[in-house]
Amino acid sequence: MPQIVVENLCKSYRVAVRKPGMWGAIRGVASREHRVVQALDSVSFEIDEGELVGYIGPNGAGKSTTVKALAGILVPDSGTCIVRGRTPWRERRAHVAEIGVVFGQRTQLWWDLPVRESFELLGEMYRVPKDRLRRTLTELVDVLQIASVLDQPVRQLSLGQRMRCDLAASLLHTPPILFLDEPTIGLDAISKPAIREFVRRQNREEGVTVILTTHDLDDIESLCSRVMLIASGKMLSDGPVSALREAVGGERRLTLDLEDTHTEVTHAAARLVSRDGARVVLAFRPAEVSTAELIRSITDKHAIKDLTVEEAPIEEIVAGIYREIEGA
Amino acid sequence: MRPYLAVFEARTRMLLQYRAAALAGIATQIYWGVVLAAIFTAFFARSAAVQPMSLSQTITYIWLGQAMLALIPWNVESETRDVIRTGSVAYELLRPVDLYGLWYARVAAARFAPLVLRAVPLFPFALLFFGMAPPVSGASASAWLAATLGSLLLGCAITNLVHVSMLFTVDPNGVLRLTIPVVMIFSGSLIPLPLMPEWIQGLVAFLPFGGLIDSPFRLYMGHIPASDAWIVLLHQAVWTCVLVCIGRSALKRGVHTLVIHGG
Repeated sequence: MPQIVVENLCKSYRVAVRKPGMWGAIRGVASREHRVVQALDSVSFEIDEGELVGYIGPNGAGKSTTVKALAGILVPDSGTCIVRGRTPWRERRAHVAEIGVVFGQRTQLWWDLPVRESFELLGEMYRVPKDRLRRTLTELVDVLQIASVLDQPVRQLSLGQRMRCDLAASLLHTPPILFLDEPTIGLDAISKPAIREFVRRQNREEGVTVILTTHDLDDIESLCSRVMLIASGKMLSDGPVSALREAVGGERRLTLDLEDTHTEVTHAAARLVSRDGARVVLAFRPAEVSTAELIRSITDKHAIKDLTVEEAPIEEIVAGIYREIEGA
Repeated sequence: MRPYLAVFEARTRMLLQYRAAALAGIATQIYWGVVLAAIFTAFFARSAAVQPMSLSQTITYIWLGQAMLALIPWNVESETRDVIRTGSVAYELLRPVDLYGLWYARVAAARFAPLVLRAVPLFPFALLFFGMAPPVSGASASAWLAATLGSLLLGCAITNLVHVSMLFTVDPNGVLRLTIPVVMIFSGSLIPLPLMPEWIQGLVAFLPFGGLIDSPFRLYMGHIPASDAWIVLLHQAVWTCVLVCIGRSALKRGVHTLVIHGG
């Protein structure tokens, strides 16, 4: 049985609109116009226990709204949502005791308290027995390597340290479900993989169900087996990462290093992506021309030093989808 | 109770560190006490009429007012204000605790810690140098202590109402500007309530604010006999319950329509 069932979830916001300039501000005093923004438009999905699901979409697509509804802190206009047998916003307190949440842009730790005291206070709030809290904390501190910062006030931590502490804070009560909202935002090349590795281990070893919203597609590629794409409040695709590729035709890239910098390389079934000196990048769809055939027809005509074939980077795929959405 | 006690304790522990603020507060309160005592001494000297409170009782009332100033619900609790304004209230809703209770525990700490920091050093000062009298009897002293606890609980219920109003207005200053004068006048912190005109006494006795300052102080001085302490405590308890109920139902409505914008 799925752990999370969402059916036809809808939510709209009323946003006050002000005409620009001074005159607009004055008119706004007398009559205010409102615009209705459909943040969620009949969103449905199911998530099983132990899944690690990526949730992506452009800014304002409805990702955070979905997460807030799932977390029980936002009441939708219509639709149902059942998490572990409960409707989150109806039984908020019982529900939130079983989930962990990290909003990457906000910390859940107390700014002026040493990290350790924040953890202890959270333990009290979740009524975690003292000896169990100590055990969980020992493990988390070890895995996340935050022992050295435990006695520092949160305001003195670097972003990477803070994020690791926030992750630890969200797991003190050992929740079976973890919501991560942009957990790698603003992190450097060393911190990101550390966070990813930790999330992966929580999922594989502890069986924690993870829902990860992100703009960082490396997060998705390295962690998620399944990805949901939302835009303008509608679910556009839901499936394995490879399905997302196929959604845009499953383009591949052929990168060629030519002997000669001046030859034109063309093929009827391939599109020129870039040309930089002797390096040429072509995009093609395996459905239209097989990789072997394309390479043969090019090597027949041109002298080639080296070549590589790759899947199109997921960034580009998603950027392409986002552009299509905005164009539509 | 465990989460709420933990929040109260952590917050109190942190606020007790603010010794410099307490020292500055004590200096201000001594200054105000001296000025008010001088004003009322002049007032009593110029008036032939028999007042409902003697000058020495009024002096004691004034110094109690300075020592116990922190009981007055004149501001909002800073952490609660910040979480509402910045949207971090989302994280508070993610805790398996009652939001009203959480805010209440925090404001209780924000009243209790400064009360201890100011009252404890100011008492010996006022008793030794400024003519404040000790409690008239052991019974009056215990009645006063009980009513002080009642005042603390009542004041927190008032402040929590202001907190809840922030869910609708975001900025607490408007509501506070309306609240502060009402609280100052009707609690007795401006003029001792017994010295107010006859025609307003009925209203003053009905409103909750007398329970903050006036009635505990009068229990201390024996102006209200210790045997009548139950009336004061009942008045405080009823108003506290009413305000808590209003606050809780408004909070419930506020949370239901709450929108937390941005990531």
